[in-house]
Amino acid sequence: MKVKVEDKLFLDRFRVDEEAHIRIIDNDICIKNCLDQPCLYFCPANVYKLEKDRITVAYEGCLECGSCRIGSPRLNIEWRFPTGGYGIAHKFG
Amino acid sequence: MREEFEVAIVGAGPAGISAALALAEKGIKVIVFERGEFPGAKNVSGGVLYGHDLAESVPDFIRRECPVERNIVESRVWYLSLDGGFNVSFRDRAFEEGLSFNAFTVGRARFDRWFAGIAEEKGALVVCGTTVTDLLRDGGGRVTGVRTDRSDGDVTARVVLIADGVNSALAAKTGFRAEPEPNDVALAVKEIIELPEEVINERFNVEAGHGVTIEILGEITQGMDGVAVIYTNKNSLSLCIGANLFDLMSNTVRPYEMLEEFKAHPMVAPLIKSGRPREYMAHWLAEGGYDTIPHIYGDGYLIAGESGMLFNALHREGSNMAMASGRLAALTIAGALARGDTGSESLAGYAAALQASYVMKDLKKYRRFNRFLLNHKELFSTLPRLGASAAREMLTVDGISKKEKQTSIRRRIQGAIPLARLARLLWAGARSIG
Repeated sequence: MKVKVEDKLFLDRFRVDEEAHIRIIDNDICIKNCLDQPCLYFCPANVYKLEKDRITVAYEGCLECGSCRIGSPRLNIEWRFPTGGYGIAHKFG
Repeated sequence: MREEFEVAIVGAGPAGISAALALAEKGIKVIVFERGEFPGAKNVSGGVLYGHDLAESVPDFIRRECPVERNIVESRVWYLSLDGGFNVSFRDRAFEEGLSFNAFTVGRARFDRWFAGIAEEKGALVVCGTTVTDLLRDGGGRVTGVRTDRSDGDVTARVVLIADGVNSALAAKTGFRAEPEPNDVALAVKEIIELPEEVINERFNVEAGHGVTIEILGEITQGMDGVAVIYTNKNSLSLCIGANLFDLMSNTVRPYEMLEEFKAHPMVAPLIKSGRPREYMAHWLAEGGYDTIPHIYGDGYLIAGESGMLFNALHREGSNMAMASGRLAALTIAGALARGDTGSESLAGYAAALQASYVMKDLKKYRRFNRFLLNHKELFSTLPRLGASAAREMLTVDGISKKEKQTSIRRRIQGAIPLARLARLLWAGARSIG
């Protein structure tokens, strides 16, 4: 079923930090050594997108579940908590 | 913030706040760090809390205007195929009267803020918008405080309680808990769907203030080990669906697409019809169970709640275990401070107390449950499909005798799953919860 994650993220309140809290450690590993690239699928905010020869990181819509940190097969994603007070802020929870 | 505290707590969730409350009540100087802009800003649960454990911390929580959504009077379990499914439910007047608030729904953004407010009234200091980035340690490796992302943000304390939840980047960074393996956690997404209060009352057949929980297994998780829930709030429904992270990684399933398909299921769609989505969230569940629990105390520190992987996956209980562990940690800390010794041996009573409590007893009882689900994917594919087709066939009135129908169903089952495999599955299932 096709659904746009943007429509879901639009419901949420984010205070976006200028500094990214997610970083791909080595893009070459994503492209050359990671066959399945599961981050393109399991990320509930679709933070990761494949664009030509690199994976881009839309950290602004991160829901802070942490899955990419342990679900990157090569552990090639550096993920830390956003700076205090930044990131998603739940209205209901 | 070069100030000395007796206890520093990382995380203002149920574990951290119940500990802070208990410590502040004893007059112990305690500071709680919360990375969200308010307590609850980062927190998600299915949405059910349990009165017993909350009352241990706040006996008069109803009188103190705890933000309860609905008191749960009925629990349903659904086992779904793609086109329908089975429903077992239990309702009891006791949950409306004597046992009211045994279980109730909350929104964590409101509840956690309320709970933290009670701890503040008792004297705990809750500092929000502050991420703890590291633990301070002396030369001997003993924890002596926390490092925060504020400028000049080191705070020393005699004991640190790590209660920053299942996605504890801090525990991972400091090595106090190994990172979970992908098959030790489930990744769940949650949507809040707004509906008028009276519409919810009618659709769920309840009086005002009363609510229903629905726990759901079956083909909805597309063959993956997973679960969904529908919980009633006052004027919204919580819909959650999640699957084991390893399964999600191997199946190229997008969680939000799985959520949309779940919402379109014939048993779900009528309940949420004309509802308005209001919020979308994601969170882990610590499904690994007993064998993934780290060493929960050491020199100058303890771990409580889901940072310590304390979660009962079968009964969907986590917030209560967080509160119980936070309270037991506080008791141990108070004793250690009184003795003037906050070393590892002096804090060992925490592990013993937790072992003697329902928390570890329950987790030990169900320690095989996660493996059982992971190793029997038929539970999420073949079995609900077979069950539904058998029920459909028996209920179809088409001139074929029941005996013929039974024979054809038996053949279909034998063709889909060897009987020996089915027997082993039942045996392993019984053992995993025995």
